[in-house]
Amino acid sequence: MRRAPKDTEESVRKITRRGLVMGGLMGGFATLLAGRMRYMQVEQADTFRLLAEENRIKFSLIPPERGLIFDRNGRPIAVNEQIYRVVIVPEDAGDIENTLARLRKIIPISDEEMAEALEEIRKSSPFLEYTIADRLSWQQLSEVAVNAPALPGISPEVGLSRHYPMLEDLAHVIGYVGRVSDYDLSKIEDPDPLLKLPQFQIGKTGVESKWEEPLRGKAGNRRIEVNASGRVMRELDRQQGVSGTDLQLTIDSQLQNFVQARLGDESASAMVMDVTNGDLLAIGSAPSFDPNLFVRGISVADYRGLTEDDHRPLANKAAQGLYPPGSTFKMVTALAAVEAGVVTAGETFYCPGHKEVSGRRFHCWKRSGHGWVDLDASLQQSCDVYYYELALKAGIENISAMAKKLGIGVRHDVPMSAVAEGIAPTKAWKAERYDQDWVVGDSLNASIGQGFVLASPLQLVVMASRLASGTQIEPRLIKSVDGRETEVKGLEPLDISPTALQQVRKGMYNVVNSSRGTARSSRIVAEGMTMAGKTGTSQVRSVVVRNQDVPWEQRDHALFVAFAPYDNPKYAVSVVVEHGGGGSAVAAPIARDVMLQALYGGLPPLEAYPKASRWQVQEMRKDLKLREDLRQEASDRA
Amino acid sequence: MSYLEYNRETVPTGLSKVLYINWALVVLLVAVCSVGFLMLFSVAGGTLSPWAEPQMKRFALGLVLMFLVAMVPIYFWRNLALLAYLGSLLLLVFVELFGDIGMGAQRWIDLGFMRLQPSEVAKITLVMLLAAYYDWLDVGKTSRPLWVVLPVLIILVPTALVLRQPDLGTALLLVVGGAMVMFCAGVHWLYFGVVFASGAGLVTAVLASRGTAWQLLKDYQYRRIDTFLDPESDPLGAGYHITQSKIALGSGGWTGRGLMEGTQSRLNFLPEKHTDFIFTTLAEEFGFVGGVSLLLLYVLIIVFCVASALKNRDRFSSLLTLGIAGTFFLFFAVNMSMVMGLAPVVGVPLPLVSYGGSAMIVLLGAFGLVQSAHVHRPRGRG
Repeated sequence: MRRAPKDTEESVRKITRRGLVMGGLMGGFATLLAGRMRYMQVEQADTFRLLAEENRIKFSLIPPERGLIFDRNGRPIAVNEQIYRVVIVPEDAGDIENTLARLRKIIPISDEEMAEALEEIRKSSPFLEYTIADRLSWQQLSEVAVNAPALPGISPEVGLSRHYPMLEDLAHVIGYVGRVSDYDLSKIEDPDPLLKLPQFQIGKTGVESKWEEPLRGKAGNRRIEVNASGRVMRELDRQQGVSGTDLQLTIDSQLQNFVQARLGDESASAMVMDVTNGDLLAIGSAPSFDPNLFVRGISVADYRGLTEDDHRPLANKAAQGLYPPGSTFKMVTALAAVEAGVVTAGETFYCPGHKEVSGRRFHCWKRSGHGWVDLDASLQQSCDVYYYELALKAGIENISAMAKKLGIGVRHDVPMSAVAEGIAPTKAWKAERYDQDWVVGDSLNASIGQGFVLASPLQLVVMASRLASGTQIEPRLIKSVDGRETEVKGLEPLDISPTALQQVRKGMYNVVNSSRGTARSSRIVAEGMTMAGKTGTSQVRSVVVRNQDVPWEQRDHALFVAFAPYDNPKYAVSVVVEHGGGGSAVAAPIARDVMLQALYGGLPPLEAYPKASRWQVQEMRKDLKLREDLRQEASDRA
Repeated sequence: MSYLEYNRETVPTGLSKVLYINWALVVLLVAVCSVGFLMLFSVAGGTLSPWAEPQMKRFALGLVLMFLVAMVPIYFWRNLALLAYLGSLLLLVFVELFGDIGMGAQRWIDLGFMRLQPSEVAKITLVMLLAAYYDWLDVGKTSRPLWVVLPVLIILVPTALVLRQPDLGTALLLVVGGAMVMFCAGVHWLYFGVVFASGAGLVTAVLASRGTAWQLLKDYQYRRIDTFLDPESDPLGAGYHITQSKIALGSGGWTGRGLMEGTQSRLNFLPEKHTDFIFTTLAEEFGFVGGVSLLLLYVLIIVFCVASALKNRDRFSSLLTLGIAGTFFLFFAVNMSMVMGLAPVVGVPLPLVSYGGSAMIVLLGAFGLVQSAHVHRPRGRG
């Protein structure tokens, strides 16, 4: 590759020119740097020297106080307790390992805690304080204070820690706080510097997590001047933080306590909702756990105990649990058919105990059959065949639409963890989910709340509330925020004919109160408090169940939905007892007890119960008393 | 591959080459590195142990490398340029996949006796390839769009790779260093004008769009810009470091507090006091006089390089020398701007002074290339 000499001459000249220009630019910038240096080191020297000489500025974040949570009557549900702790500022500690070794002679610090502390300190910035030990006794704290001169950078402090006075009574709803994990941080874009404070706690589940930001508040910070030996000279300025928002829940803690106790050791959930404004008064989920364990840092053994329990104490069954609603779904099918105009309330069908459809036999639970039944009788005796007939006439799309109208298969906006959507199946849904065509048998199964239909206890109580009130009422868990009442949603009437609703309500009345009703033994006899409801028993299928080889796991779920008083509905209740057997035998009595407790705002008189069951109620109360005493003892010991 | 200007009779051969080495440059480099040893000795609290000693060993290694590179004829390096460039791209991809995690970004390849940072090598191989490219290109084609796009791509590939790490400082050096070579090669002014204008336009757009519906950056990125403009606004983050660095530097005064008299306690907040913020310590302990002296050494190195480049008689030698000088300049200019609060903290070390093996060895190797160009320059007979 030979080049013409002219080319080279030309290019050399060009490079020379450009090279000189670039050299000039570089020289110019270097001059600028020298000028800046002169400005800082000569002209401004005194200013900087002053800043350097007498002190340096230290920043510290003042964590805001987390918002408190109260129940509807102002009883505390989540509070901040004072705890004594010891913090270290690595920057001031000098030789950290040595200092910690000396500290260990005064307060017990395990080897793991030591290792973790050193690791954390290495990672975070040296002027952030790190909590080495918390929950110390006053005695230990004073010993640290006395030995302060030998422990540079270490100071005893009074801190705040979350505490849940209701213990396991409301764990699923309120959730708990815990330390910020790297995973938490990875999910948040541009996290608040507060979250990077070692041992800062944020809501992990439940209301604590859903309302995290308002509850957290805003950090304050202060700048202090420290002289060369580390003594605080003065506070330069202090930006007061903003405490977190206080929340008031719609929960009635007394009722909640009763519900949890009444559920006892069952794997079950029960909810109480005010049908007039959507307030959730109680959200029971049993068994439960003590959220305070998580705040302190739960031990591996305890945690394993909770996760491996087949009754799933950590799950919030009320909002996350999905069950085939069984016969409690029949009001939906009935309304769907009546509203579609394919059947009237007076129309009767004959129930021989089964129904043949396309060569398959669909049974009624009563093999001998119910004979001629109309809408009222079908609800009262929970006849399945009647609903098969309705399903054939109305079709699945009508049933599914009615279910959604009444709140099943809809994700309600309630600040709890993992609120389930449930399933109100349609042809399109099955096509998408299973890639199969809808068959008529699916409609028959769905009509009696089996097959693909899945609902959570929350959705069942919303359904009962809407049936009772005739409005599109939405559940509400937050009653007020910083003292400002939240709005009630869904006071508009349902677009279902009031006559049809009344016919269904009448059927529910008869379920509980007529001589042939399936839940007659759980009726309320007190004046003006009559309860109406519907029993349900849903077959356990592999969808819901693991460990199928355990007999308990193969029993049916027992369900019951109800509202009262019948004439002027106030409360709705839903109860689901997993593997409890029949709805009328297991779930209805619980619902009745809970309902009475809600209606009376405390322990109801025995006269509210039918005579036959009063002795059982007395036995139950003794049991509850015993449990309460045991719990009291346990918490006194702790 | 014949080589027009390469004429055996006028180029030094054998051992006589040593005579033609640019000894002034060698002396300057040794002086700057010695300043580094002194500062590393000082920030360690008057001991050689954690930093100064390994740095000296690497310096010896680097010096040997420089002489070896200088002894090899320059056309050999030109012919190697493309291969070297591709090799450094491979290394960059390799760290992306297998690099140890160093300072939260994947940058190292552990060779046992030192950790190699491919991004350091890439800065030099990029300059080499661009110089070779303009050596090969007909001078007349220099400013044609197609022949301008090609070097731009050559620059952007390694830049994209280091941005993934993410290493903002290196990306900046690659882009600006590459642009410098293009500038010296004689690419038309207008190209630079357009790039500069669109860059300025982009910055204006980004700042102007803040708070409007079509905001270009995320809120927190704007907050970072705020931190740079007003360090006090970010008391716990980078702003604190900058504030402290400025205080330490400014308090040095005319002549400084003296060696090891810098208030170390105050610098304990600086996690990078032996690397990115070492100039702060120098300025604090030796004052304005010390800071400007180092700056002067740097400027002299640039001056000698530019002078050498202007005397070289082939485009590759000249452009390579200018490119290496430019990259070296960017190193210290960005670092000093950083510690003096003129530029955001992007993590660029002070060349030949900050603790760090691969940067030093690579830079000395690069000056070996400058020496090779210098030695193998055709000189008139007699």
